[in-house]
Amino acid sequence: MNDQKKRVNVKGKKVSLFVTCLIDSLFPEIGVATVKILRRLGIDVDFPMKQTCCGQPAYNAGYRKDALSVAERFLYTFAGSEIIVTPSGSCAAMVKHEYPVLFKNDSKNYQRALEIAEKTWELSSFIVDGLGVEKMDGKLSEPCHVAFHDSCHGLRHLKLGPQVRKLISGIQNVEISELNDSDSCCGFGGLFSVKMADVSGAMLQKKIDNIISCKADTILLGDSSCMMNIQGGLKKQGYTKKVTHFALILAEAISNENTI
Amino acid sequence: MKIQSENFAKAAQKAIADADLQSAVSFGTNLAYTKRKSAVFVSGQDHGEQIRQQAAQIKRHALNNLPQLLEQAEQQMQKNGIKVLWAKDAAEANQKVLEIIQQKQAKKVIKSKSMVSEEIAMNDFLEKNGVQVIESDLGEYIIQISGDHPSHIVVPVVHRTKASIRDTLMQKIGMPHTDDAQTMTHFVRGHLRKEFLEADIGISGGNFIIAESGSLCLATNEGNGRMVTSLPPVHIAVVGIEKVIPTLEDYATLTQMLPRSATGQSMAVYTNIINGPRRKDEEDGPQEVYVVFLDNGRSEIYSSGYTEALACIRCGACLNACPVYRVSGGHSYGWVYPGPIGAVVTPLLVGLNKASPLPNASSLCGSCKQVCPVVIDIPRMLLDLRHDLTKQKKSSKTWKIGMYIWAKSNRSEKWYKMTGRLIKASRYLPISKLPGLLKNWTRFREMPQPAAKSFHDIWQDGLKDEDK
Repeated sequence: MNDQKKRVNVKGKKVSLFVTCLIDSLFPEIGVATVKILRRLGIDVDFPMKQTCCGQPAYNAGYRKDALSVAERFLYTFAGSEIIVTPSGSCAAMVKHEYPVLFKNDSKNYQRALEIAEKTWELSSFIVDGLGVEKMDGKLSEPCHVAFHDSCHGLRHLKLGPQVRKLISGIQNVEISELNDSDSCCGFGGLFSVKMADVSGAMLQKKIDNIISCKADTILLGDSSCMMNIQGGLKKQGYTKKVTHFALILAEAISNENTI
Repeated sequence: MKIQSENFAKAAQKAIADADLQSAVSFGTNLAYTKRKSAVFVSGQDHGEQIRQQAAQIKRHALNNLPQLLEQAEQQMQKNGIKVLWAKDAAEANQKVLEIIQQKQAKKVIKSKSMVSEEIAMNDFLEKNGVQVIESDLGEYIIQISGDHPSHIVVPVVHRTKASIRDTLMQKIGMPHTDDAQTMTHFVRGHLRKEFLEADIGISGGNFIIAESGSLCLATNEGNGRMVTSLPPVHIAVVGIEKVIPTLEDYATLTQMLPRSATGQSMAVYTNIINGPRRKDEEDGPQEVYVVFLDNGRSEIYSSGYTEALACIRCGACLNACPVYRVSGGHSYGWVYPGPIGAVVTPLLVGLNKASPLPNASSLCGSCKQVCPVVIDIPRMLLDLRHDLTKQKKSSKTWKIGMYIWAKSNRSEKWYKMTGRLIKASRYLPISKLPGLLKNWTRFREMPQPAAKSFHDIWQDGLKDEDK
């Protein structure tokens, strides 16, 4: 469905970072980590200052007109970009999979939406599938036992999962376990989490139970929305296990590596 | 059946608090989910994917040619000696079935499992008209004697524990105490044998109709389906018009996908292709076979943007895979078809205004599409239904205004900055409970503390030029 290998060559191209609205105001350190990783790979990174959100919240809630107005802004903000990279599977899937649907009847923007969709990459996929880099030398200062949660949109729309495992397994001082039902939804689902609160809470509880019984003490994922949900749930129940974005671990590891 | 889909959230809340239901549904769905995976991919990942795509194409092709295929099926069936009837809605279907029953002066009807008969509430109608109706599928039988409704398309009693089923069987049909499922099954089987022999008419649904040969195909596991369609002198099948497929070869693919996806079996135990009533040289089988083709809103779906929903072969795999179904159980969906496919077809069949929460009863995780044997894009249809919902008159003003403000603050730099400043300012507020609907977030989670500096600020204040 989404054969990354057939896509345009990304090597040597300038990358525009789409940081996402959540990371912008709540977890900017993930954006900083993304910039560090990309620069370490020798990539010229820019950040179009006019960017806001991809429009997914309104789109998923059914408010297409509102989503369209925000997505249109995205198209124009990134119109001049060679490649767009984002540390979010969900936002990348929105641009890659939903923009062509959203702009279907907008003759002015449809072609532009297809072009933007084509040049948008999720971070781990950009590194592994795009650049062909499967290992980044790096070392964590403290030993860390990690497991992965596979966020839904990245997993099912973009076939993410193997890429991040490759990247993290190349780092020294990291032990990897698998999380039981790592591919089942954490219950976030955007507005679903407040519209269907009890169902969302019960789904989150299953994720928490699996995390607690997992050998790892740090859960890595590629979406700050799921991170916010799972981390928030663990904290509410007094657990100290960490849920964090893989970019943070990767950036930390490469900053400790002086051989490059 | 009274439609209670508007009550989804409350019903789900109740189901979540029901420990027995949680353990039963969790056990049933996990088992089927795991078994499906090994059965569909028994010859490797690629083969499994290919056969899924093939099944998907067969059903799309069949839908594209539905009117012609229905005509062909009718002609072939009539050639085979099957009497074909058409019903535009539930009332007409029930009436036609009743007329046959009355014409034969039948008293007792025995049924094999049929979701379509649930859809048209056939049992209620026939019983009100003095007909005794006996369900013969074990799960459906338990449902019937409990006065309950199926909560799953394939496993009607998935919401019940073994102990609660035992209690029902002891109470209702005098089964001696046992904790052994097989002993319970044998007891019910003995009990049902008598009913089979006494029944005047057998009623079934149909999994597929093969147009080229005019065949009715049934997949069952308990043998009851074969008895229902061969023992009584008259067999009536009520089938949705979307069940028609062109050829026997197409059936060969679909009859593999159905049991693999439903229960993880490579074949159903009883795979029946029924071509008509007993022939002159045959010793058994019914003397008359009727097929009632049911529309009941399907042709409207057919000509809407949701045609794909009619490709469903009712295997229930999306229910087993769905994290929302797994915690909410089937009854929460408030009508006949639960789970992800139910969240799509219920609003389409009964009206969006009578099932408005259902399109939102999904985190859009995509598991349903991933397991669907005919690759129905359920998340896409849920998104479209959500869009339809916002256009309805009674759609929430609060959400509308909220979305308008959200879009505005993400469209203009000035507004985006201002919103950013507001979020930042809130970092020193001790927020443990958010107001309004957002309190639903803090019921289960802590709030993350907004950052002191946004990424925009960090970039502008130096990250832009670092390392360059």
